[in-house]
Amino acid sequence: MTTTTAPRRPRRKIEGIYYAFLVPSVLIFTIAITLPALIGIFFSFTNSIGFGEWEFVGLINYIAMFTDPAILSSYLFTFGFAAVTVVLVNAIAFLLAVGLTAKIRLKTALRTVFVIPMVVSGIIIAYVFNFLFSNSLPAFGQATGIGVLSESILANPDLAWVGIVIVTAWQAIPGTLLIYIAGLLAVPGDVYEAADLDGASKWQQLFRITLPLVVGYVIINVLLGFKNFLNAYDVIVGLTNGGPGTATRSIPMTIVTGFTGGDYAYQMANATMFFVIVVVISLLQLRITRGRNAI
Amino acid sequence: MSMQPALIAEGIEATATLEDGKARRGPARAVRSRGNKPSLSLMIVLLLSAITVVIPLYVTISMAFKTQAQAVDGNAFSLPAPFSIDGFVTAWNLTNFPAAFGVSVVVTAGTVIGTVLLGALASYAISRNWDFKRFRWSFFYLLAAMFIPFPVVALPQIQLTGLLGLDNPVGVTILHIMFQLSFSILLFTAFLRSIPAELEESARLDGATTWQTFWQLIFPLLAPMSATVGIFAFLASWNDFMMPSLITSNPALQTLPVVQSIFQTQFSNNYNVSFASYLMAMAPAIIVYLFTQRWVMEGVTQGAVKG
Repeated sequence: MTTTTAPRRPRRKIEGIYYAFLVPSVLIFTIAITLPALIGIFFSFTNSIGFGEWEFVGLINYIAMFTDPAILSSYLFTFGFAAVTVVLVNAIAFLLAVGLTAKIRLKTALRTVFVIPMVVSGIIIAYVFNFLFSNSLPAFGQATGIGVLSESILANPDLAWVGIVIVTAWQAIPGTLLIYIAGLLAVPGDVYEAADLDGASKWQQLFRITLPLVVGYVIINVLLGFKNFLNAYDVIVGLTNGGPGTATRSIPMTIVTGFTGGDYAYQMANATMFFVIVVVISLLQLRITRGRNAI
Repeated sequence: MSMQPALIAEGIEATATLEDGKARRGPARAVRSRGNKPSLSLMIVLLLSAITVVIPLYVTISMAFKTQAQAVDGNAFSLPAPFSIDGFVTAWNLTNFPAAFGVSVVVTAGTVIGTVLLGALASYAISRNWDFKRFRWSFFYLLAAMFIPFPVVALPQIQLTGLLGLDNPVGVTILHIMFQLSFSILLFTAFLRSIPAELEESARLDGATTWQTFWQLIFPLLAPMSATVGIFAFLASWNDFMMPSLITSNPALQTLPVVQSIFQTQFSNNYNVSFASYLMAMAPAIIVYLFTQRWVMEGVTQGAVKG
């Protein structure tokens, strides 16, 4: 934070009312988030099924995860999906941002339209795309004789993930785009004037000047996006509900099966593992963004 | 989990090279004024790209106004002929729209009010007592929610809300507020630091108490931040599916996004009905966005860039 002034030795007394301002947030937060997190970690070392008796089982849940095909495939799917989506989203959002900060007509209207997907409910737009993937796309595939598309891609275990990537990217591009626009607006115009004088082409300028200057924004967007995509749930439920079979079951979806499936403690171990991964990514992100003083 | 806008706030330490004045002038500003003519080819490319955004929305609207006979004919892109509102009428009854809409409104309104109020109060206490350890630590403690995605704590939260009798929209509202709190505290504290101390001191000299200073001076000054925080809380809460679907046990008390699932299990061929229902659930968020886009766009940037 910018307020990193060395703490003075406070002389004054804290006025009581400040506690009244702060304590409700801290208290509710502790009950609603900290406590469940601790309960979850605690039960990950037991054999609890969510109610009734339980006993400690040490690290058995954690060890079992590493040989459980259901867990491994959900991690593989989720990380693969997140990696592909993050690349796609950033490439498209960056190019759109370059276009939307250039000198064009209709700029305001175009920005308004491009941001709309961000404000639409993930599950509902997934239902809409579900219809398009299951009806319109196969109709197109049959009409044009493209065999792969003649049946719903969502029913194909090898292709269902493509549908999920498309819808997730559709929703995630606006947020990424807005951050890139902010980054591009911060680039001083005179560097381009110099490049123009030196005879650099527009594409050279884009990749040799613009991209290096906004690399900090790229890092933020990649890490933020990756972490968000690891949490994929709503869109997948709306498109495939994890299927066909379990081909597109994300880590959050697997964790939630502990609610109905009776392996509560086991899925809490999974959740704890997932938590550690998210924290590592977040710390990496804080470290990188804090280390860079001038993006 | 859908891309919750609030999670975008996590680039907190990114240094603010983008100073406020620059950000605030916003969209209409041309960055590179090189060359005098606006690029026509670029605009056409962007317009074509915008079609990918518009298609799903167009299909939703046109399907919603079709008759059932036309909706099942397989052509998603045709215009409604004849124009029919039967889908809306049926969807209204089928999903018990007034009930689900009411629950969504209550949860969302509660989330917006709770996030703004709790966030502003806590941020004020924190920023005015920054030199005391327990306030500094509370700040980092509350920000830690950004490290905890909902799926990680979902199972214990389902249990806990059940035990406390909060497995209902009230519990969902509380959880929505708590997951929005980090973002709001981040924005509010950054803004509070920029308010000159003299302003408050003069209020104190006039005999105002801390309580009065907050409500009469600080809270009104926070209005633009409250708008941003409120809109993001609105969008996250209105659009959320995962949390209400897992926390609320009584199906009659579900929010709009959750009740749409009936079209996946039953009535799955009444496309005009399901799309009319989707449209009624999506429209409020899009309408709010169209009127508040300045704050939505700034909010993303501030969340990512402020620190």
